[in-house]
Amino acid sequence: MAVHDKLTLPVSRRHFLIGASLTGAGLVIGLQPSPSSAAAEAFEPNAFIRIPADGKVVFVMPSVEMGQGIYTSVAMLLAEELEVSLDQVELEHAPADPTRYANPLLGDQITGGSIAIRAVYEPMRKAGAAARIMLVNAAARGWGVGPETCSAEAGHVVHAASGRRAAYGSLIQAAAAEAVPQEMPLKPASSFKLIGHSVRRLDSPEKVNGTAKFGIDARPEGVSYAAIAICPHFGGKLRAVEDGPARAVKGVKQVVRIEDAVAVVADNTGAARKGLAALAIEWEPGPNGTLSLLDLEKRAEEAIGGNALTHINEGDVAKAATEHGPALEFVYRLPILTHSAMEPMNCTLHVRSDGCDVWVGTQVMGRAREAVADVTGLPLEKVVVHNHLLGGGFGRRLDVDGIILAAKIANQVDGPVKVTWSREEDIRHDCYRYLNYSKVTATLGADGMPVSWRHRVIGPAVMARWLPAFTRDGIDLDIMAGAETPYAIPNKYTDFVRHEAPEGMLTGNWRGVGATRNLPAIEGGIDELAHAAGVDPLEYRRRLLQHKPRLLAALDLAAEKAGWATALPAGKGRGIALSEDFGSFAAMISEVSVGEDGSLKTERIICAVDCGQVINPDTVEAQIQSGIIYGLSAALYGRITVQNGAVVEGNFDDSPVLRINETPKIEVHIVPSSEAPGGIGEVGTPGVAPSLLNAIFVATGKRLRSLPIDHNELRRA
Amino acid sequence: MTYDLLVNGKKYVVDVDGDIPLLWVLRDTIGLTGTKFGCGIAMCGACTVQVDGVPVRSCVVPVAEAAAKPITTIEAIGETAEGARVQKAWLDIDVVQCGYCQSGQIMSATAFLAANPSPTDEDIDAVMAGNICRCGTYPRIRAAIKLAAAGR
Repeated sequence: MAVHDKLTLPVSRRHFLIGASLTGAGLVIGLQPSPSSAAAEAFEPNAFIRIPADGKVVFVMPSVEMGQGIYTSVAMLLAEELEVSLDQVELEHAPADPTRYANPLLGDQITGGSIAIRAVYEPMRKAGAAARIMLVNAAARGWGVGPETCSAEAGHVVHAASGRRAAYGSLIQAAAAEAVPQEMPLKPASSFKLIGHSVRRLDSPEKVNGTAKFGIDARPEGVSYAAIAICPHFGGKLRAVEDGPARAVKGVKQVVRIEDAVAVVADNTGAARKGLAALAIEWEPGPNGTLSLLDLEKRAEEAIGGNALTHINEGDVAKAATEHGPALEFVYRLPILTHSAMEPMNCTLHVRSDGCDVWVGTQVMGRAREAVADVTGLPLEKVVVHNHLLGGGFGRRLDVDGIILAAKIANQVDGPVKVTWSREEDIRHDCYRYLNYSKVTATLGADGMPVSWRHRVIGPAVMARWLPAFTRDGIDLDIMAGAETPYAIPNKYTDFVRHEAPEGMLTGNWRGVGATRNLPAIEGGIDELAHAAGVDPLEYRRRLLQHKPRLLAALDLAAEKAGWATALPAGKGRGIALSEDFGSFAAMISEVSVGEDGSLKTERIICAVDCGQVINPDTVEAQIQSGIIYGLSAALYGRITVQNGAVVEGNFDDSPVLRINETPKIEVHIVPSSEAPGGIGEVGTPGVAPSLLNAIFVATGKRLRSLPIDHNELRRA
Repeated sequence: MTYDLLVNGKKYVVDVDGDIPLLWVLRDTIGLTGTKFGCGIAMCGACTVQVDGVPVRSCVVPVAEAAAKPITTIEAIGETAEGARVQKAWLDIDVVQCGYCQSGQIMSATAFLAANPSPTDEDIDAVMAGNICRCGTYPRIRAAIKLAAAGR
């Protein structure tokens, strides 16, 4: 298999309307019917499948691949109904074209929110089925037999009665003349050959031999290389730059100034970086030039008492609180986080008077094209985005700030130019997961079970900027995700205080999105209630989840695998966190040991997950492992500090991430399910921090409510 | 000034300053993009290549220091027995996710296994701690190294 960056498709194509009915915006997936013409070089029944005469089958990938395994999963869905084997398949990145490749649940060509499989599980199978039906009909017509007497297998149509077989590649002309089927009955799960079975990732071979092409690997003919310094102060500007010494560096061609950044263009990135280091730059700090993290934390603290918008109001929390009590009240505080994908931000552009090519790996293909059109003033159709594999996304590549910056630089450069951020720029100019505070007030009944739950969420309304359809009456629906808890509590009230970062500090989505914001308070909180009630936290949750059979089953499985019933020695503890999001249900149990000196060791993490119908079990395991390690990194180390309106940390030395020697044993257990598929890329992340906090409480008696975990607070000696 | 580089058995003459890190000469000047940039300060291992059979972080090795020495990158590591075994183990375990760090992981693992054919978990952790993976493929990296070691 090879992933091609092929954008020129045969002129003639036939589209069909899949007509999947959709939630939300009521969009129809992908395809508008377009005029068909004869003489196809390849059979192209829809935007996702192209079968040339040579026996290959090309699948065009509507989502981007950033490690989550979506290329393999989507190929499995298409191949399952098309009846081809995966070793016949070649994958191709989709071009920027939301009219054909929009995620139907998001209404745009976006990869994020663990929503790809949920959105395309049926449409991709229908796309495969439609193509297969047309190929079978074409073969049957040619043989003068009824199509119902033919079948499809491994890229061939077969007429068993006469023993005739025709390869798909031999049928492409005839198939293109067949009517697009209106009905596409899909296989029952019992007939699946691929779905539900572990298959190897299709992108592995090129990722182990160095030939995989990420955005940063683009090398168009004549490309120059740029290194960039962005104003370190949020909202600040470039005041002046002395570039004489930089221009004297061998290989440096040009110094480009834009409003808030300077770039040095050279014939290799090393020379550009050397030139950049030789610049004497004066920055205008702007309105935030004196801000520190303490200031930002103080503002967030004040926002707890700010104007709140009611999100959920069930029962009568105020009445319940007066009839019972006293209230338990606690505030959980989450830090500013970076994404720190392994591939630093980069973008390569060639801006010409008549058009522009863009080479990048982005989670938002359509927006990338619009952003470049906007900066260059070119018509949208003159901007061609060549998508690439992404060296990690985690939400960072859902924003186009890096593409805009690169386009502004490329506007001033003759020929193609690749702009590569240093790790320091990547950390200091992220779209951060911003400060997120949660205040929970709960009251218990005489039996110790909660009668009221009040949860106030304080944080930015990322969706107001990023996807306004996910807001309602000023409330960011994502940040509120799950704030009401899955637990049976008769009186619930949740509200939202919008609290934004200072102007110029970009905030965005981070792996696990809303759930990672709310779960520490919810799952830490329910643990606090269980402790106050004197009930085992597993039993406490079980009593409150009798109406949630899938979550309960995951919890029971995790508890069994963790050996919950067996006691641990002093200094060790287990903690639970449950999550219900992305259409999936997960129960996580962390086991820790804490030394007298406060040293923390995560011994193991067990996750039981019900994500509905599984496409590739191996990917489910890998993604849960991945999500857990990402969450563990943040829980142990994730914290950005600010001084003089600028981020202090700059690289993996002062902004550490988890390494292999700190990685605990991770066990993933899949709850078998035939329910609709849920997402998996983000499911592993949210439960890590709260399950650790709860385990630490058992081990030490200390209830931490702030992240990252502070070892000094764990000292007992 | 110009430097003679011997990369994957092929000779290149490059005209760059001697203090330019080898990484950028490999990626930009020669066009071998399998070696990745991750941090620029030898903290993440994404840029690992072998010079004289020794794994180095090419983001901090001046090109002048690597001149005239045999350099092996991910593009050719499969031509060595150790490298081929590691790559096969990586495929058998299906280690990769985004894949960006994996060139460096494989270069480190290959040199490590050549020096320590039967590593324990602790050995693996100690050496591979120099290579960061943000996708969290660490459990599978451990498994793949053990598989490659067993397959000798």
